[in-house]
Amino acid sequence: MSGALAAVTTAPLDLAALIAGVSASPGYGAVAAFLGIVRNENLNRRVTHLEYEAYEPLAVRALTVILDEARDRWPEVALGIHHRIGRLAIGESSVAIAAASPHRADAFAACRYAIERVKQIVPIWKHEFFEGGDVWIEGATADPTDEAARQAALSRA
Amino acid sequence: MRVTVRLFARLRDIAGVGELTRDLPPDATAGTVWDLLVAEFAELRAYTPAISVAVNADYARMDARLGDGDEVAFLPPVSGG
Repeated sequence: MSGALAAVTTAPLDLAALIAGVSASPGYGAVAAFLGIVRNENLNRRVTHLEYEAYEPLAVRALTVILDEARDRWPEVALGIHHRIGRLAIGESSVAIAAASPHRADAFAACRYAIERVKQIVPIWKHEFFEGGDVWIEGATADPTDEAARQAALSRA
Repeated sequence: MRVTVRLFARLRDIAGVGELTRDLPPDATAGTVWDLLVAEFAELRAYTPAISVAVNADYARMDARLGDGDEVAFLPPVSGG
């Protein structure tokens, strides 16, 4: 990972390091951060753990697309997104996002936009293991050129 | 020409393998490869309206023309985060 702002890794996520990586400039007055963590319940299933799989080169490329989109929309924001893959226990972090900005509004907005876009266009999959079975979770059909999806992410930001 | 095919998540489970190679006619597209896979693994057919495709680790369309040595990846709906 070595300081990259878009990364997919099997190592535990280090939010403090990610924040440090985006907030070095003395012109920043705010950092917003998001951690996605593994929950013990989903759709009334008692989840025991998750296994995340990625198409890594495209996942990093898609994360970079999100950084570029955010830079276009919030030019003053520095954004970083790290996604973990492999086996994750309940309570472990699956995704870490940090957004630094001169002012808080843009930091919050870019952070929210980033997680919405992660769920739309990054080729990563959750394999959920629960008491009694396992299932692949399937969300959005990934299409970075789907403008309606991008606008939906912006509207939540 | 020969291409490498990558399958992920449930698509990989259905095919029983995450990577395979296929020989194709010269005018083949990503869609040609998907049609071959559906003929071979019938359970994949249900994914036809929902998959994304990537050629050489970049998002592409089903009508993308392929070249010898290309890597074609089929992606079920994503669920990161």
